[in-house]
Amino acid sequence: MSETLVFKRPDMLRNVGFHYCPGCTHGIIHRLIAECIEELGLSDKTIGVAPVGCSVLAYDYFNCDMQEAAHGRAPAVATGIKRVHEDACVFTYQGDGDLASIGTAEIIHAAARSENISVFFVNNAIYGMTGGQMAPTTLVGQKATTSPHGRNQKYAGMPIRMSEVMAAIEGAYYIERVMVVDVKSINNAKKAIKKSLQYQMEGKGFSMVEILSTCPTGWGMTPLDAVEWLKKDMVDYYPLGLIKEGN
Amino acid sequence: MEKRFMKGNEAIAEAAVMAGCRYFYGYPITPQNEIPEYFSWRLPEVGGIFIQAESEIGAINMCYGTSGSGARVMTSSSGPGLSLKAEGISYMAGANLPVVIVNIMRAGPGLGSIQPSQSDYLQATKGGGHGDYNCLVYAPTGVQSAVDLVQLAFDKADEYRMPAIILGDGVIGQMMEPVVIQEKKPIKVDKSWATVGWKDKNRPRAVINSLSLVPSELEEWNLNLQAKYKKIKESEVLYETYNMEDSDILVVAYGSTSRTIRSAIDENELKGHKIGLFTPISLWPYPEKELKEATKGKKCVLVVEMSAGQMLQDVKLAVGDTAPVHFYGRMGGIIPTAEEIFAQILKLGEVL
Repeated sequence: MSETLVFKRPDMLRNVGFHYCPGCTHGIIHRLIAECIEELGLSDKTIGVAPVGCSVLAYDYFNCDMQEAAHGRAPAVATGIKRVHEDACVFTYQGDGDLASIGTAEIIHAAARSENISVFFVNNAIYGMTGGQMAPTTLVGQKATTSPHGRNQKYAGMPIRMSEVMAAIEGAYYIERVMVVDVKSINNAKKAIKKSLQYQMEGKGFSMVEILSTCPTGWGMTPLDAVEWLKKDMVDYYPLGLIKEGN
Repeated sequence: MEKRFMKGNEAIAEAAVMAGCRYFYGYPITPQNEIPEYFSWRLPEVGGIFIQAESEIGAINMCYGTSGSGARVMTSSSGPGLSLKAEGISYMAGANLPVVIVNIMRAGPGLGSIQPSQSDYLQATKGGGHGDYNCLVYAPTGVQSAVDLVQLAFDKADEYRMPAIILGDGVIGQMMEPVVIQEKKPIKVDKSWATVGWKDKNRPRAVINSLSLVPSELEEWNLNLQAKYKKIKESEVLYETYNMEDSDILVVAYGSTSRTIRSAIDENELKGHKIGLFTPISLWPYPEKELKEATKGKKCVLVVEMSAGQMLQDVKLAVGDTAPVHFYGRMGGIIPTAEEIFAQILKLGEVL
């Protein structure tokens, strides 16, 4: 009886176990990016930029040349890479503390210059790695270690919708928000990630895919409850779908 | 070679181009604006890239990306901008990345003023950012000196894979002098560590990084940095001396202040005494042994700075009890004149 291999780890992912918590969707997102790079034949011309946050070790997982950026500075680092290697496929992988808080200047101006890069923005509405503090994307009422009674709009303001902010920038070519909680949404996310990389290779300029992600540990939920909360509460505030295409 | 009459800031930029620098990222701040302005038209002429970054933080992190990609890169700023770049400089030092950073010092602290100063000495020579690291620091004494040191800095940054700082001041940046700027071919170094896309599978995957979560591995990483610094301290010290023979008063100064002191020495005569001048060119590594040697047999040492006495600390450490050390400094953007410096020397001469 012969065996047929139908599913395997993409070569673009190194044979290293993820350090992510059970129920976290970083692993799915890593895999989707790796599959897309591989399917587009970009493996040996890709340079990735890892952030500071839960995915700080992304350089250990993606099987390509990588640079580890300071907190929030990935778009500036990616700019410095892409201006040297114009034909390379350059992507950043950033969380919501990294991109939507400390790195707002860098992300906005990378888009304003229409840097020809792909940004994968993982929004899980919390600072995961540092232990569950309030993020710029934490929902009103959501509990975090620095908003123990739930985010209070009066003192902490409203969460920021980065995709909508980025869409207002002339230089941004493609912005889409997706999630990765079931087969259908994962397939949609993969399409968006691939589109972003394709647009970069076509020289269209800046693109960003925001991927809503679960953080059962930081949210204090079971993985299944986290998925339900994401689908209902997060999607309610961060609507899914295409936000901008073309400029 | 053709001599050109150039402003310090513009000469610094042209020297970088002639040393093979094709990438410059910067943010406007006085008194260094002629540097980005010059690069903005000059780099496109030679197929290079100029970006006016969103901030000094953006600029230094663009340098990180470009340097990590294997290309020569420069950024420039002045005091407050260097404070912002400190994070990125620490990361580049930690990740073993070459870069040339120009600081045309202005008076601080805070917003301070746009007038010349030497008050970023400690920031430049003792780190400035977090962690145990050093940068090569070169202090030009004039425009030609700035040209030569910029070109040297690119080679040394590449050789040692670390940031090199050109610590100038508003006088150096703004004054015009005749200069010769020659093309300087970059030294040959291995850059197989750079991220270029992993086509060549004969080399390891390139990862530019300063993170190391295992304490023993991070200590090892630090020990390697310290070993590099030790080697540099032994072989990269630069300094100049003037009028040393038979001198009994030794003045120590760097940068434009050193030039003023030369005038003070040339234009005056001090009965019964002779004044020598010791000018550190590399501020890190500091010419400790050479300075101590130079102070032997001297009756006293006078340190002159446009600061509250920042290099003074290094002079005292180097000189020890070989000779008494005195200090004269001006702050706030005031440039001490040759006359007022000589008056200080005269006072010392009277009590000797």
